[in-house]
Parts: sequence; structure tokens; C-alpha cells
Amino acid sequence: MSARRALHVAIALLAALLVTSLFILVAGRSPLRIYAALLVGTWGNAYGAGQVLFKATPLMLTGLAVSFALRAGLFNVGAEGQLTAGGFAAGIVGAALPAGTSALLAIPTCLLAAAAGGALLGVIPGWLKARRGAHEVITTIMLNFVVRAAMVGFGTMLFVRESVHAQPVVAGALLPRLSRIFPALHGSAASLALPLSLLVVFLIAGLLARTRLGFRIRAVGAQPEVAATAGIDVGRTYLVALTIAGAIAGLGGASFVLGYKGYYEDGFAGGIGFVGIAVAVLGGTRPMGIVLAALLFGTLGQGALAVNAICPKEIIDVMQALIIIGAAAAGVRMGRPGVRT
Amino acid sequence: MTLLVLAFLAAVVRITVPYALAALGGTVSERSGVIQISLEGMLLAGAFAATVGADVSGSALGGIVAGAAAGALLALVYGIVVLWLSADQIVAGVAINLFADALTRYLLKLRYDSASNSPRIDVFSSMSEPGQLGRALLHPLVLTTIAAGILVTLMLKYTRFGLRLRAVGEHPEAARTLGVDPRRVRLGALLIGGVLAGIGGAYLAAEQRQFVAGMSSGRGYIALAAMIFGRWRPGPAIGSCLLFGAAEALEIRLQTAGGVLPSWAVQMLPYVLTIVVIANVRKRKRGAPSALGRPL
Repeated sequence: MSARRALHVAIALLAALLVTSLFILVAGRSPLRIYAALLVGTWGNAYGAGQVLFKATPLMLTGLAVSFALRAGLFNVGAEGQLTAGGFAAGIVGAALPAGTSALLAIPTCLLAAAAGGALLGVIPGWLKARRGAHEVITTIMLNFVVRAAMVGFGTMLFVRESVHAQPVVAGALLPRLSRIFPALHGSAASLALPLSLLVVFLIAGLLARTRLGFRIRAVGAQPEVAATAGIDVGRTYLVALTIAGAIAGLGGASFVLGYKGYYEDGFAGGIGFVGIAVAVLGGTRPMGIVLAALLFGTLGQGALAVNAICPKEIIDVMQALIIIGAAAAGVRMGRPGVRT
Repeated sequence: MTLLVLAFLAAVVRITVPYALAALGGTVSERSGVIQISLEGMLLAGAFAATVGADVSGSALGGIVAGAAAGALLALVYGIVVLWLSADQIVAGVAINLFADALTRYLLKLRYDSASNSPRIDVFSSMSEPGQLGRALLHPLVLTTIAAGILVTLMLKYTRFGLRLRAVGEHPEAARTLGVDPRRVRLGALLIGGVLAGIGGAYLAAEQRQFVAGMSSGRGYIALAAMIFGRWRPGPAIGSCLLFGAAEALEIRLQTAGGVLPSWAVQMLPYVLTIVVIANVRKRKRGAPSALGRPL
């Protein structure tokens, strides 16, 4: 991270913190007390820290899904729907496997299903962008609403009676909790999904830096006209980039379903896809940036629960939106050359 | 039969109002050369402010004024961020929408101690549920929408401000050499857009007589699609909104007729329709202001 970028990020965070404090004062609460509660409830003990890791896991993937598309010059606002579709696919496939399926078969199958579910929600805006010139921001946002309605529809067919969740996945498809290896994390929901997500973040960085596809994506993102002149199929690159972005977000859904709940539950996404935008904007183009930003927003997400006793936890959502506004205003470069319509 | 048709038309008018106000707001904003994706947030903020405004002032008009003010306030924030701080307009616009969603939920809890909705605001009932076409057309906010459509058309075409607004949307550099400050004109356009979209949000709250968290449910984006489909012109933009309104009224008819489509499929339709429309307007891009989205 260049010093300049670090400065801009610091300004954005500071500005967001100041404005958030104003909104806390409006409510007649003390900002310092709330920030203290936030810190104690997260990094104050091993369980809190474990929960931060748990919250940060899908954020790494939704953040990466946004950041990866930004490299191609596309703003993917559809991570929420992609994540939901991925979690749904993992949950349904995992529940359909025969009981006693070995983990070596069950986990890869479910992860593949999640990636495919998310990718489906990436192919659609990708194709519309490539072939019809439809702006990806509008199509991805509309698809979030379509997914939400579709899940209600699938729910009426598939959910366990009188509940909002599907059948549990087979035992072999569950991602083991990290507390099995690190007993200090006992009770925390951090799971094997965390190292797997880290792996995805670094694999994608490698893809961008070292493969021909990665080069094409960066070239199209930097200057689509130049890339087209150089013989790169811009439309096809858009299609591939959004498909991969969707698959990444879809894996984020699997991390929740296979690593935490053990079944698909309606509404589990709960804004993780949108916070991914903040992760991408702050995290930038480097893998460590995404990981650190996911940890920051994981801290805020877990801290929200600690704060809720003093002040409505929605204040944390306000702060997250302010961080994105602050980052955009402070001139944090988004890995995106400028605005095109 | 005639009664059925009239009731249907009344439903179309009722559904179209928030779309039309937001699309008009978007048209004014974008004709000045600024992408306006935060209509969604303005509808939501307008709806919340209208609820509190009506509650506090004890009058529906107080609510509408508050809704307009909230839309303008959000537009002011957006304007400062993109015009003076040169933020990416699409990223900032989406962020403003997330901000409006979070802030209204936060304030909803603070003021009404609820995560989902405000209580019923009785003063709204003076102007809600225009079931018949005649009454629907005489609804104060329907009249406001029609007036706004005419005024925006005239303003863009014939006034000095309208001429400047279009000039900074097409050639900001040329306008600057003629002594027009593109930033101030664009901020003016954004504020007018914010007021219009804020009133659209007030209508949403007035119609349901309360605020419901997330109640704009994508209407701002649908209005944006209607504006693009109307080639950034006020009349055709309202026309497209009427098409969206008619499609939605038809869906509701189908749903109440029963059995044709499950309710979740009906709920999906406006969003699918928006995607279909957006996928078919590429050739119409010609209507876009040439400096749209280009930072100064």
C-alpha cells in the first residue's frame, strides 16, 4: 500500500468515525463508551476474536467478488444475491447427498455447487453487459431483488415445515470448527472456511498477476478501448470477470452454510454482500488489503452485537456506509480507471 | 367492466407517482451531467422524514415538506462528495443508498423503538388510498407530479437555468468559458432532483400511512431505468414510468384474480422487467448527455 493510499484510507476512516460520533450524540449516547464496548466485545477475549474471524470469512469473499470485478472496470453490486444463491446451492446439494458421504467428496461437491450458484448470478449481468450493453450496476441490483423473491418461492417448496430453513446438510459436508485445533476459540463459529477463503484470496491475486486471463482483465479495466484495439475481446472479458466474481461470492455463502449453520436459512446473507463493497473499496487491489479490510469490517460486524445494549446496532451499518462515502471522497483509488456509463 | 377499467387506471396512477417523481428527479440531475444512482436512497429518506414530519407537525403537508427536505439534504451530501471532492459517482451513489437504508433503520429504532416499521400516522389518511380514478387524479401528490412534469419540461427548455443546466451536461468546458460555474449549476440540478425524489418518498409513506424499513424496495433503480428508457427527457420518462406502473397494476390484478402466478413470482416481475428494459436500450444511449459521469 502506497503511503498516499494509506493516508487517504486514514482520512476516510477518521471522517467516518467523526460523523458516526455525531449520530451517536444525536441519540444522547456517548461515542467513547460505544467504541470501548465495540473493542472489548471483539478483541477483548479469545471468543470475541474468534467471532471476528468468523464474521470476516464471508466478507473476504464478497469483498473479493467486488474488488475482482472492479479490476475489469465493473462495479458488482450483486454480491448479496450471488452469496445467497451460493449458500442456497451448497445447502440444497449438501442435504441431497446420501448420509455417510465422506468429507473428501461432500465438501468439494458442495463448494462446487456454491460456486456454480453464485456464478449463475454473475453470468446473467455479464452476458447482458457483454452482448446488450446493459449497465452492470442496475442489473446486479435488480438481480438481488430477484434472488430475494426466488428464495421465498423455493422456500415454500423446500423448507422444513413451520421453519425458514432447509434440511440440514450431511455430516460429511460440514466444515470443521477451528476450535478443534485452537481450543482457545471455544464457542466461536470460525471454521475451516477461514483458511479456505484466504486461499481463494491469494489464488485470485495469482490469477490476476500471472495468467493471460488476469492480464486481459487488468487491460480491459485500465483502458477498454486500448484493450479492444490490441485484440482483446472486451465483452467476453466482462462476461468471464463477472462470472468468476459471482462464483467467489457464492463460495462466501458456502462458508456460512457449511461452516456455521449446517443448513440453508432464509435471509442469512443479511447485508454481507453490501459490506463487501466497503471491503473492496477500502481493501484495494492487493490480497492483504482485502484480508485486513475484511477483518476491520468483521470487527465492526461483531462489535455491533456488543454495542446493541447501549445504542441501536444499526449505527454500525451507518458507519460502514460512511466509510465507503469517505473513501470515495478521499480519492481512494478503486482499481477502476474512472466512471463510464 | 367500466368500473374495473377505471379501478385499474386508478391503480396505475397510484403506482406510477413515486416512479415518476424519482425519474423526473433523475432526469434533472443527469441532464446536468451527473450520474444519479442515489434516487433509491432519496425515496427512502423522503419516506422516513415524511413520517416523522407528519407525526411531529400533525399535518400531511408538514410530512411532505420534510420528505422534500430530506431528499435535498441527501442530494447536497452527494453533490459535495462528487462535485467538490470528485468521488466516483457510481460508488458514491450506491454508498449514499446504503447510508440512507442504514440511517433510516437507526433513526426508526431511536424514535419508534422498532426494527421494522413506524406506527400508523393518522394525518396521512386525509390523502391515502385514492381507489377511484377521479379521486386518484385529484390526489394532491398526483397533481404535484403532473405539475412537476410540466414545470421540469418548461424549465429545461425555456429558462436560463435550464439552458445552463443542459449546457453543463453537454459541454461543461464551453459553459465555463461563457462564465457559467458548472459545479454550482450541477449542485442546483441535484438539489431539484433531491426535492422531487424526496416528495416521491413522502408519497410512499403517505400511501401506506407509515414508514416501513426498506420500503423503497428498488423503486429508485426502476425509476432510473425508466429515465434511461425515456432517453433523459421528462415526458417520455414519465411515459415509461406509466408503463412500469401499468405492468405492476396488471401483476397485482393477476395476483388478486388468484392462482395465475404465486405471489413471490409476481413480486419478482418489476425487477425482471427492469432488466429486460435495460437490456434493450443500448441503441437509445444516444439520448444521454455527452458529459454524463465525466468528472470536471
